[in-house]
Amino acid sequence: MLGLNKTDSKFLLIVILLTLFTPFLMQPFAADSGLDQFNGGYPDLMQKVAIFGIFAVGFNILFGLTGYLSFGHAAFLGMGSYAAVWMFKLLTMNVIPAILLSMIVSGLLAVIIGYISLRRSGIYFSILTLAFAQMCYKMAYSVLTPITNGETGLQLSLSDPRILDGATESTSLPVTNIFGLAMNSSYKLEALNRVFTFNVGFYFCAVIAIIAFYIAIRLFRSPFGMMLRAVKSNQTRMNYMGLNTKPYTLAAFVISGMYAGLAGGLLAAMDPLAGADRMLWTASGEVVIMTILGGAGTLMGPVLGAGVIKYLENIFSKINESVLHSWFHWLPDGLEEVVVWVFARFTGEGWHLTLGLTFMLVVTFLPGGLVEGIKRLKKLTKRGGKPKDKLDAPDPEHTPTPSKHVV
Amino acid sequence: MGILEVKGVGKRFGGLQALGDVNLSVQENTVHAIIGPNGAGKSTLLNCLVGKLIPDTGSVTFDGNSVLGRKPHEINQMGISRVFQTPEIFGDLTVMENVLIPCFAKRDGAFRMHAYESIEQEPDIVNKAEQMLIDVNMIEKRHMTGSSLSRGDKRRLEMAMCLAQDPRLLLLDEPTAGMARADTNNTIDLLKQIKEERDITMAIIEHDMHVVFSLADRITVLAQGTPLVEDTPDNIKGHPKVKEAYLGETQEV
Amino acid sequence: MDAILLQILNGLDKGSAYALIALGLTLIFGTLGVVNFAHGAIFMIGAFCAVTLSRLLSLSFETIDPTKTDFLGNPATIKTPYVEAWFGPEFGSAMIDWAVPLAILFSIPVMIAVGFIMERGLIKHFYKRPHADQILVTFGLAIVLQEVIKYFYGANPISTPAPEVFKGSFDFGVMFGFDPNAIIYPYWRMVYFLFAAVVIGAVFSFLRFTTFGMVVRAGMADRETVGLLGIDIDRRFTIMFGLAAAVAGMAGVMYAPILSPNYHMGMDFLVLSFVVVVVGGMGSLPGAVAAGFLLGILESFASMNEVKSILPGIDQIVIYVVAIIILLTRPRGLMGKRGVMEE
Repeated sequence: MLGLNKTDSKFLLIVILLTLFTPFLMQPFAADSGLDQFNGGYPDLMQKVAIFGIFAVGFNILFGLTGYLSFGHAAFLGMGSYAAVWMFKLLTMNVIPAILLSMIVSGLLAVIIGYISLRRSGIYFSILTLAFAQMCYKMAYSVLTPITNGETGLQLSLSDPRILDGATESTSLPVTNIFGLAMNSSYKLEALNRVFTFNVGFYFCAVIAIIAFYIAIRLFRSPFGMMLRAVKSNQTRMNYMGLNTKPYTLAAFVISGMYAGLAGGLLAAMDPLAGADRMLWTASGEVVIMTILGGAGTLMGPVLGAGVIKYLENIFSKINESVLHSWFHWLPDGLEEVVVWVFARFTGEGWHLTLGLTFMLVVTFLPGGLVEGIKRLKKLTKRGGKPKDKLDAPDPEHTPTPSKHVV
Repeated sequence: MGILEVKGVGKRFGGLQALGDVNLSVQENTVHAIIGPNGAGKSTLLNCLVGKLIPDTGSVTFDGNSVLGRKPHEINQMGISRVFQTPEIFGDLTVMENVLIPCFAKRDGAFRMHAYESIEQEPDIVNKAEQMLIDVNMIEKRHMTGSSLSRGDKRRLEMAMCLAQDPRLLLLDEPTAGMARADTNNTIDLLKQIKEERDITMAIIEHDMHVVFSLADRITVLAQGTPLVEDTPDNIKGHPKVKEAYLGETQEV
Repeated sequence: MDAILLQILNGLDKGSAYALIALGLTLIFGTLGVVNFAHGAIFMIGAFCAVTLSRLLSLSFETIDPTKTDFLGNPATIKTPYVEAWFGPEFGSAMIDWAVPLAILFSIPVMIAVGFIMERGLIKHFYKRPHADQILVTFGLAIVLQEVIKYFYGANPISTPAPEVFKGSFDFGVMFGFDPNAIIYPYWRMVYFLFAAVVIGAVFSFLRFTTFGMVVRAGMADRETVGLLGIDIDRRFTIMFGLAAAVAGMAGVMYAPILSPNYHMGMDFLVLSFVVVVVGGMGSLPGAVAAGFLLGILESFASMNEVKSILPGIDQIVIYVVAIIILLTRPRGLMGKRGVMEE
């Protein structure tokens, strides 16, 4: 299918189905079951999962394949957002031109940053990208205020020209749309004691995420992807084989920068404002965490990582002490206090603590991320069952083992 | 006029004269061995040939073009391939992929994305890679990852990778170092076969005299950075100067 | 002329902080070969040592003074810090006033302990792992430490004043014949610079003149050989980690009066300190110190109005611009050694 082999086609199909049925899948608990707070089927969260999935998949094209650890990808995310909002202000509220411009602009930025940063490798590369991203961030706050609107952030206003949309007499701000269909419109379905929300914005992001994921599969399986993995594995050999590795790594850098720009554009398309905070290096750190947590170098890992982190972030932040008390009210009084206190450190405001700890544990014990964890579990259950059949072994050509990260 | 001409090459590392006035001419379609005791400057010479080091004096030309000052990948594009002493392969990739890469890397080294097609869509290249693996007798290991191979297999794989580029000159840096006798003999057979089947020039740096005398058409003996003798294997055997240079070494000459 | 001198002075205190953090980063990288993203968090913990000590010293008990009443007519309660009760009011209040300098004594054992625990508990397991893994795990650790501090001390900056004597400024200009008030420099910043100079000098002489330092320097050059000589290099490296942590911690303690400690100050300084290390040359101690001061001073020059009017916003980005230029023209940094972090 679509130039993919059987395994990959099946894989893609599963991803497509999972994505399309997300509104159901993320709403597993009935409204009155008391577990309602674990439901994640609201548009904002689902959109974020899809968008950060794109961001992480793009980051993985660079880090997972070539091993170059960039700490500056947030610059492209922020750039994408600014570009999109400017498109909304100047041209039209239709999201298509906006995200196209996001990709182009961040791609150009990636050419410049990549061309310079890729002259060095290893830790120097990480620091250079970090320096560039911080520079963009600081500039967005200072020199570029006319473009970025500084600390307030770039927002829509009624006086914007919006050439294609024409003048309106409306006194409220227009909403982003795709050929007239508003991004924030939703269809709600009440069934099985649950409310399922089908949101235009989410499905728009989902379709783009699927396309982005499909392109990533093609890249991973292509000779180009193989070359990139070879760069990660042994640069010396590449050089002594007559290959100048720079164009390959630069291409990977630009592609992954464009993915980040696309994600930034989509963020703006869902909520048309852009701030310099998106360029802060903690945002770069976030995508690094997502990719590693899911499994760098694997296809599914980054998506999984983005989904898990965004979901848990939402859920954990909502669990406050009163929720915890309602959970543990059956415990003896003194013990309840202790248990609630301990849990409260990791939930609500303590979400970042949980994130940091989880990340440390994954890096230490499971360098291949969740994907490797799932593989190990599968192996364990198989070993418990029947002796391992040789034919069951995955074709190593199509499931490259997540290799150690080489900077 | 040989395909590879080394004229008056000298290289100094601080106070150590690693190479002093080396002259060497490798004729096309021959196997030329460079031997010499430890510290004779063999590896330095080889590094000068592939652009890893730039000699202080002298010139190195390949097919009439100077190689000095060029980057390793440019020298490779001229048609020189190198097999390393410690095999340089892609440890994270499968054996098949290891050979596919030089097959995709076109002779001119030009950057081609190939980003949207799959490897299976290039049957010519896949066939060529498979043929290379058959040649070095590794086809049944095609799905293993590079780092899991034995040392001998890594060497053979590296040789397949170099041959996949159809080089005009193949440089071999101690191709049998650290190998068991049986593996050594396999390698000799493989090299002999390559020599017969292809129009290829080989320059071998080697310690093992058994290997050298079974393969080489001509031998240069290096000692303390300068060539001592250059002659045919038969004449080198029993040459007094060579014996002297090797005195104390346990090589059978 | 006076403006230039003033900018150099202004750059010194920030440069000192960069230099001290970068020195610790380089020590850890040079000895253990670990890229430590949690080093900024150590600096931050140091600053909070100052906060903690000043809070501990101000712990008070309440007494009721029957002779006075507050505005509601109730007997007034008077808070008396324990230290004042124990050591007499004068000495006690002096101790409270001098909390920040005293915190140095308090911070050294704390920071060495933090360093030991970090090294033995976590970093030890990452020596053989790729640098990317080291960056990632220490990045995670930095987040954790930051969140822990945030839980105990809240998200707002906590102002921690310097001793009363050092408040106010010193009129430098008069000494050199400039107009009064042309070059004025806060006393505490001068103290900070002198303190940094002493610490840097101490670290260098420790490495230079003690056998311990000699072994460590040898180990930085060639770890394996030193190990083969029968020297337990790992134990010494652990101690070096503790030392690096103490240096960063003390830098943090003394910086508390300049910048009110907040939980994310570590990350802010870390990014810049990494730039400093890379500019100085990975693994070069003098490079780290020189680059720290250089960038600190450059930053302060860039914030001059004359410069900003020509290049608006340059003060925000000058460090990064310089770092990029240096890395591209001198790939190993100012004093980097060949072969360090090249692969």
